Amino acid sequence: MSDTRVDPAKGFSVESLTANPRQARKERLIRDSLGATALVSVLISGLIIWSLFSEAWTFMVEVDWGSVWDIGWFPRRGIYDIKTLIVASLIVTGIAMIVAGPLGLGAAIYLSEYARPGVRRTLKPILEILAGIPSVVLGFFALEWIAPNVVKTLFGGPAAGSLLAAGIGVGVLVVPLVASISEDAMKAVPMSLREASSGLGARKITTTIRVVLPAAVSGLMAAFIVAVSRALGETMVVFMAGGAAQTAVYTHDPLDGSLPLTAGMTSLARGTDSVVGEGLTFQSLFFVGLMLFVVTFALNVAADRFVHRVREQY
Amino acid sequence: MEQAEPEASPRLGLYIDRTMQAAAPGTIGDTVFEVEDLNVYYGDFRAVQDATLTVYKHEITAMIGPSGCGKTTVLRCFNRMNDLIPIARVEGRLDFQNVPIYHPRVDPVEVRRRIGMVFQKPNPFPKSIYDNIAFGPRVCGMAKKKSELDGIVERSLNRAALWDEVKDRLKDSALGLSGGQQQRLCIARAIAVDPDVLLMDEPCSALDPIATARIEDLMQEIKNDYTIVIVTHNMQQAARISNRTAFFTAQLDSTTDQRCGLLVEYDRTETIFSNPSDERTENYVTGRFG
Amino acid sequence: MAKARLIGDRTNKMMVQAMERRAADVRGRVFQITLLVTLLISLFILGVLIVDVVVDAWGVLTGRPGGFLSGTMRSLSGDPKLGVQQALVGTFWIAVFVAVLAFPIGIGAAIWLEEYALKNRFTRFIELNIRNLAGVPSIVYGLLGLFLFVNSLGGLTGGKSIASAGITLAILVLPIVIITAQEAIRAVPQGLKEGAYGVGATKWTMIRSQVLPYAAPGIFTGTLLSMSRGIGEAAPLLLVGAVSGRLGSNPGFFDFSAINAEAFMAMPVIIVEWVQNSGRDPGFAEAAAAAIVVLLVFVILINAAAIFLRNHFEKKRG
Repeated sequence: MSDTRVDPAKGFSVESLTANPRQARKERLIRDSLGATALVSVLISGLIIWSLFSEAWTFMVEVDWGSVWDIGWFPRRGIYDIKTLIVASLIVTGIAMIVAGPLGLGAAIYLSEYARPGVRRTLKPILEILAGIPSVVLGFFALEWIAPNVVKTLFGGPAAGSLLAAGIGVGVLVVPLVASISEDAMKAVPMSLREASSGLGARKITTTIRVVLPAAVSGLMAAFIVAVSRALGETMVVFMAGGAAQTAVYTHDPLDGSLPLTAGMTSLARGTDSVVGEGLTFQSLFFVGLMLFVVTFALNVAADRFVHRVREQY
Repeated sequence: MEQAEPEASPRLGLYIDRTMQAAAPGTIGDTVFEVEDLNVYYGDFRAVQDATLTVYKHEITAMIGPSGCGKTTVLRCFNRMNDLIPIARVEGRLDFQNVPIYHPRVDPVEVRRRIGMVFQKPNPFPKSIYDNIAFGPRVCGMAKKKSELDGIVERSLNRAALWDEVKDRLKDSALGLSGGQQQRLCIARAIAVDPDVLLMDEPCSALDPIATARIEDLMQEIKNDYTIVIVTHNMQQAARISNRTAFFTAQLDSTTDQRCGLLVEYDRTETIFSNPSDERTENYVTGRFG
Repeated sequence: MAKARLIGDRTNKMMVQAMERRAADVRGRVFQITLLVTLLISLFILGVLIVDVVVDAWGVLTGRPGGFLSGTMRSLSGDPKLGVQQALVGTFWIAVFVAVLAFPIGIGAAIWLEEYALKNRFTRFIELNIRNLAGVPSIVYGLLGLFLFVNSLGGLTGGKSIASAGITLAILVLPIVIITAQEAIRAVPQGLKEGAYGVGATKWTMIRSQVLPYAAPGIFTGTLLSMSRGIGEAAPLLLVGAVSGRLGSNPGFFDFSAINAEAFMAMPVIIVEWVQNSGRDPGFAEAAAAAIVVLLVFVILINAAAIFLRNHFEKKRG
């Protein structure tokens, strides 16, 4: 057995305990292969940054900067008014957060603090199903149902696409995200804090609002930031229900149609000549993409910080 | 595989063979571990300070002391289990049959094949009883044929006094066994790879008194074949079963303001419990401190 | 008498107090009901969404379900040969790419990060990087695909091809696979690992025999979730060129060159296409709804399987 490795001449020695070379080679090979797969993620990040920067750089060097502050977004005619896209993105994101903030937070508080285990087991998976619905489906829903039934009926807007319709659609999309991160944050609050509060005679509502929510505030911030980042980056809902195709004149009226950043990019790619337009059309796509990347990256890093703060606390 | 093993006493044949070989050039062959000035660090924190002791063959060596005294840490050095903690560092001499096991060319996997371990909490694999025992022999390539493996499983379970209880349900999940049975299964699992030494880290702390008694009986039975080092926080247990006892305590290091494990006294168990030479030992074994 | 009177008084007083307390807790009740309502609104929206889509799709789905699944893209919504066959083929192949590329690489990376990587700055950097990748908007992955696989490596991938699309989506879901697999691997009890090491297992033997079997349900759940994310994603596909899908062509499921030559399609993209067509030909809205039902059947089934699997094993392990 293993004693075949005891050399009769030398007796039991270091040689009896050294690694079997074949086995050691196999172990190293496996370790290195697995390490290589982990490096793929770094490679991907590098490629993303490289592809965004190289084309965006060409745009920034060659573009007539006067055309970047103009009347609207008409990339094929060389008018790249970036504020049109940014304002549209901000409006959609703002509306989305007005919808998703209360709905998501309310659902999270209910699931974390009030729902009996059986109720929770039923409701939570349904919320998770909502999280899994593809964004094209919500785009369709925003255009075909929210626009005529909510935007037109309640706000007197158009029955077709508008920033408001798109914003509500995006809001519905991020509700499960807000709910799940907020719920995790509240679940991380130690039971002893709640018991201490109840022990002092506080009612459930007082405990929840005065003790649990403040203790979970870092996680709630993270939920909010991640949701904003997700809403800014959401593409299909704003593209399908945003009420503008290809081009947009500057507007800040939520009842108008316009192009948020992502919709502006998709519109470019959707033309029959697919992105091979005049001059810097192709590069403008990457310029907008770079802006989106930088903003969402900053938001994600901030959210990550908040999440870590939660972990350190408890 | 050269020696065909008769049913009766497979261990004995191996043992004679091994002592003859190990004893060849100038070694006595009755010490298993020689530890000198062993220091263990976790990062900057020193967990064990200057431990020196010798573990003798076919004895049960107990390590006792209050919690945080470094006894488990020392035990886990014996089969390089501490390697699993990335920040752990071991200094000093730790020889296993005159071979320094922290030698750079020594492979911890080979060490662990010769020095088995039983853990504080029974940790059977979520597999069948049979597969639990067969796991070690399989990864060590000990059995080429199914019949050989069957033989090892039966012998190991017999050794661990578990065979009669489980022989009809070898294919059942090991998680269905009681706590005491699980721990005996873990002992059988460790025996199955035919190690020289069994390290036991508070093996009875999760068990009731009856299961504990069975494990203690078992240790008495197998100590003729194996060298056993056991960590226990139960002084009576150490007194009942061990030949030698090492008493550890936690000492406050005045310079770093951290508690560090210290080996206070190591001697024959009778001496430690009846006539200790150190006052701290006496205080502990008489229950005045701990 | 007097004593009984006293007790009666006391009981009365306690009852009044209890009732006052209950009255005062109206605020708490209102709060709880408001919370429940917010949750129910979300579920109501999900319900309305599904009803709305199914109602819109009813005509197509009940009228000619087989024809719709085997039909192709047409210029008019009334065309009896209108259907999603091309999109099903495209989505099938995208799923294959995701499974072949993202699953092994993602699980491998997760094993390395949890079992091999030293806890140093480099490892923390990789983990931070993966978390950030998970938050990058999907359309940015589309830009990567457009720049790298369509343009730079076009000779290799065939430009706007199913390969470009498949690799892009595999990259998109990779961080999700890694993160969920990491969580599953982290949950493996230390005792199992030590038990395996204790009888002389090498690291890889330990991983293969203890870690992977124990983490398998969790890893599988993660791959299911990422698969459903992958097949529902539209934005990157628009950029890497699932644009037109030539009208009427009907490639076989495994005829690769035909799928690429005819400009590939995918389920989420055909929905966008038809929603946009509904401007000039309102009948396309029904076709889009029917395509959504087809897509949702897949996505919800995969998700439900994943959620069920996770809950099942969570309960089993306590």
